[in-house]
Amino acid sequence: MKQKSKPQPPAWYNNIIKKHTPPRPLFRNCLAAFLGGGLLCALAQTAHYLLTLGQITDQAASTIVMLSTVALAALFTGLNLYDKAGQCLGAGLAVPISGFANSVAAAMLEHKSEGYVLGSGCNSFKLAGAVVIFGLISAFLFSFAALLLDMI
Amino acid sequence: MEIVKQGRQSWRYTNPPQIYGQGVCGGRLEGLGPLKESFDYVYTDLYAGENTFEKAEQKMQQKAGEIALAKAGLAKEKIDLLCAGDLLNQNTPSAFTARALGIPFFGVYTACATICQALAVSSLAVACGAAAYALALAGSHTCTAEKQFRYPNEYGAQKPPSSQYTVCAAGAAALGPRQGKGQVGIAGVTVGRVIDLSICDPFNMGAAMAPAFADTLTVHLREYQRQPQDYDLILSGDLGKTGQAIALDLLERNGVPHVAERFTDCGRLLLGENKKFFSGGSGIGCAASVGLGHIYRLLQQGQLNRVLLCATGALLSPCANQQQESIPGICHAIIMERG
Repeated sequence: MKQKSKPQPPAWYNNIIKKHTPPRPLFRNCLAAFLGGGLLCALAQTAHYLLTLGQITDQAASTIVMLSTVALAALFTGLNLYDKAGQCLGAGLAVPISGFANSVAAAMLEHKSEGYVLGSGCNSFKLAGAVVIFGLISAFLFSFAALLLDMI
Repeated sequence: MEIVKQGRQSWRYTNPPQIYGQGVCGGRLEGLGPLKESFDYVYTDLYAGENTFEKAEQKMQQKAGEIALAKAGLAKEKIDLLCAGDLLNQNTPSAFTARALGIPFFGVYTACATICQALAVSSLAVACGAAAYALALAGSHTCTAEKQFRYPNEYGAQKPPSSQYTVCAAGAAALGPRQGKGQVGIAGVTVGRVIDLSICDPFNMGAAMAPAFADTLTVHLREYQRQPQDYDLILSGDLGKTGQAIALDLLERNGVPHVAERFTDCGRLLLGENKKFFSGGSGIGCAASVGLGHIYRLLQQGQLNRVLLCATGALLSPCANQQQESIPGICHAIIMERG
């Protein structure tokens, strides 16, 4: 079904709204996202580097770092810190895999009072579900395209 | 004749139903904020000692109702009608409060304008004699509202500066027939229309509600043949900084001047100016706790004589919003008067 487009306020009202609505602080948000996301990734990369110094293979180190990031993000979500940091750092915390972990942990916590199965379980992918399903579909399409290119 | 019709949307009472007692409860941020003196009970914990936020909201609402009854010196068996509402689906906290109190119950809902609707219906019932005493009650809780209308509480989404913070607060008023001079009562009502100027952004509720506020206020002043100067204070419920500025422009467009000097917003009064709350507080609790707490006290002490409480509501439905519908606004006005 085609989604209809959202209705628009009349031009005269739009002008009033624009005049009084404070804009999103784009520069500040971009800078915070760059610094916050950058710091997170730099920390992860450092951990990855330190791990590979030992006996751990490159691939194993990647897995360990990714899983730890997810675990830590879930922990900070539960500690009521991730949403506060998210308000400050924005996309810097939403785009990395930690944002995905936060969306699942937050939804599960929110619905815990409705039971572990029907509450937390059913609602765990309330926000992240879209990422999973469309991620899978696009992964399939891209790898199919890569396969076709290889055959040519 | 107790009730005089002023126009299509307004009526006034020749013997204004009197507020016998009121009760106001709040959460930690609200109860320790600029209006802390006006709170009867403050829950420092968002759970209020319960295991879910929904139960906490219900507990807070019931407490406000019980305090109002206690101050009024009325047993709950004496109350013929309870008008209560909140923001949650199926008006659950209100229904559970009605279950606990055992008072005949009307559930009312017009989003954050609910308290004015509850006061309007209660005062009407008292004035026409359908109820000897009535209890108006409404409240909101930040965590349950976030859960229902926005994202899970712990989700780290970034909110823009025009968004608002739903307050944890509840207010209640026990109404009865007028007993004499010098008492605070509900002198009149203007019922708002649903106004929709096609705002779709749930992070700019001020812009969605401001047109309804401007419409109700304009109609009110016309039907009562009054000027803004006839009021000591004109209070919007939860327009926030953004919505207030927009509302003033809209009023100017409607040819209603001189509102700015006597115009404040309950949400902003309740939480004060703090960037943490973005544009200001929102939610039923704003008008309910400020109108029936702080403002009621000022009226009682004689610092104010006549106040127009215009609770504003954004009739947001997350489902309709995702289906590309806009957010309609509504605003009900009640006159709180000492006389």
